[in-house]
Amino acid sequence: MSDRNVAIVGYAGLPVVGAGADPALMVQAVVSRLFEESSLPRDRIGFVCSGSRDYDFGQPFSFISALDGVGAWPPVAESHVEMDGAWALYEAWVKLLTGDIDAALVYAFGCSSRGDLDAVETLQLDPYTLSPLGIRPAGLAALQARALIDAGRYTEADFARVAARGTDLTAEALLEADYVASPLRAHDRAPRTDGAVAVLLAAGDLAREVCERPAWIRGIDHRIEVHAPGFRDLTVAPSIAEAGRRARGNLPQPDLAEIQAPWSHQAFLIRDALALEDGTAINPSGRVLARDIPMAAGLSRIGEAAARLTRGDADTAMAHATMGPCLQQNLVAYLQAGES
Amino acid sequence: MANRCAVIGVGQTRHDSERTDLSMPGLVREAALRALEDAGLTWSDIDAVVMGKAPDMFEGVVNPGLFLAGALGATGLPFLRVHTAGSVGGSTGVVASQLIRAGVHRRVLAVAWEKQSESNAMWALSQRYPFQPPVSAGAGGYFAPLVRAYIRRSGAPEHVGWMVAVKDRLNGLKNPYAHLKIPDISLEKVRKSPMLWEPIRYLETCPSSDGACAIILGAEDTVDAAPNPAAWVHATAMRSEPLIFAGRDQVNPQAGQDCAAALYKKAGVTDPRRQIDAAELYVPFSWFEPMWLENLGLAERGEGWKLVDSGATALDGELPVNPSGGVMCSNPIGASGLLRFAEAALQVRGMAGEHQVDGAKLAMGHAYGGGSQFFAAWLVGSEKP
Repeated sequence: MSDRNVAIVGYAGLPVVGAGADPALMVQAVVSRLFEESSLPRDRIGFVCSGSRDYDFGQPFSFISALDGVGAWPPVAESHVEMDGAWALYEAWVKLLTGDIDAALVYAFGCSSRGDLDAVETLQLDPYTLSPLGIRPAGLAALQARALIDAGRYTEADFARVAARGTDLTAEALLEADYVASPLRAHDRAPRTDGAVAVLLAAGDLAREVCERPAWIRGIDHRIEVHAPGFRDLTVAPSIAEAGRRARGNLPQPDLAEIQAPWSHQAFLIRDALALEDGTAINPSGRVLARDIPMAAGLSRIGEAAARLTRGDADTAMAHATMGPCLQQNLVAYLQAGES
Repeated sequence: MANRCAVIGVGQTRHDSERTDLSMPGLVREAALRALEDAGLTWSDIDAVVMGKAPDMFEGVVNPGLFLAGALGATGLPFLRVHTAGSVGGSTGVVASQLIRAGVHRRVLAVAWEKQSESNAMWALSQRYPFQPPVSAGAGGYFAPLVRAYIRRSGAPEHVGWMVAVKDRLNGLKNPYAHLKIPDISLEKVRKSPMLWEPIRYLETCPSSDGACAIILGAEDTVDAAPNPAAWVHATAMRSEPLIFAGRDQVNPQAGQDCAAALYKKAGVTDPRRQIDAAELYVPFSWFEPMWLENLGLAERGEGWKLVDSGATALDGELPVNPSGGVMCSNPIGASGLLRFAEAALQVRGMAGEHQVDGAKLAMGHAYGGGSQFFAAWLVGSEKP
């Protein structure tokens, strides 16, 4: 592997955007803010990579109009993943390791206001065997939550405590609510919003030059599991465990972890798979279920973790991103501030 | 200094308008298995999978990589899904090669595909959105004005488009995987075919295909064990520009020029027209051959059509373009770019069969997408760079 060190040197997120969000406008706003707050000159960016999902915008190339928001002129070296932006960051990290470039811009944008995201995510299931059954995301998540309860690992009250954290509600009060899909209630799901986030990556000396405390990527890995829920043991998350092991290597228990749990019960699965101990603060950026921007939530976890290291709140962090039903595909990064 | 990277396996499906004999997993697996066989490998030898395809609306499955991961042997592995519009097949090859060059992996499977018969690409391309120009006539309606502009600028005679159509169809007859087979193709037949989008006639357009392409990229230390010759990746490049602004030249896009210039510079190519032995260019409508020849610096400005007219781009010409028959013969959209990259690799491996260009040592694969705004290209050679 390349001996190049790559760091996150900037992060910007858009506040929750109202309905009808336009890709170009969201991306322009967040990328502009990112460069305003960074001393990294735009012309040092050697690669641009983004993540989004066409169906969220109801159009076949949502990233084309987003690129208009970046101002890609003169032409830029650029690529896009139809995935969460966390995987766009991975692609940019790889590109930086090749030595071809010294800095990269990564962004992700998503939209929940233009259509029925549950219908969209039903269409991500196997089109021959699963999607025609019409099983909604809540139904699959509930299967996983039920499996955890049946295994005696966690209870509905545990899930409610995750949901109550950072709110003025008690877990007991939340448990009064009706089920959306038993054993899950509406509060067990992160609310979905429109939004965009952007991250700056730089290698070696350039990272040190433009950032006092770069968040060095000490390890990053991603893994996918088989798709069919019936083939998986839903009470464990082997792809998170494997990615976590590879990202962390022999590095110490992190000071903090930013995880992407679309559903409350998944916070436990992720924490367990990453072998996080009580000393690690989980999602200090806010509640685990604070918000879920489609295809940008994972990149925002990485960005929030990096921002805390850069600010000096902590020295080490793990960040996690997920895609697909029941945590099918996952990415884990280990970040460390200070000299590298 | 990045690691060296080589193509050690290539596979593709038979392309057809409807591969009703195969599911989507079956389609991608047919290509992947052929690539593994070519490389003398099995699934367990693969470290990571990179999958590319054009918009998910072309099949109506959201993020199909999620359900295809198992069929592609990716369970437990890193899996990336690339989507850069029509250029995506090329981008998929580039992204996979970077995983090797960066030293992250030793063997990477890149797969790109489209199963157009599952849905209707024309429908997907004709959605209307607020504040964006409608593309109501699909790709042909979008690109025909660019062709007209090229003809007006260059003064090219109309038979040049017909020549490309005939040449690519004749080449396609030599390619066992090609979708369109028109044995009695002739200038007269093209000329008499219906006008679809002036000046593009029916036989000057690509088909809609089901198909997949797979390549296996390996690090330098995997090459000796491979049973067949390697195609060394000498350079890759990608460039993008915005869709809409007043100063944009869509006929000869800056991003395409920059992409080619960066590619040649990285590979140390100073005279691409003479140094490149074969080029697989993304030509969905006949006229894009002379347009891309100029855009990519393979012909002087305004001279691309003369190169075509002289026969130089024929299989036995000085610079054979699309010896495989190209996109004009098979267009599984998401796979079309990777097919260009793969066919370039087959040429320098000496494995292109009947459409082999004699002695090809350096070949170019090229793809473009969006409104002529996304470009991906690579140069592969029989010799180690």
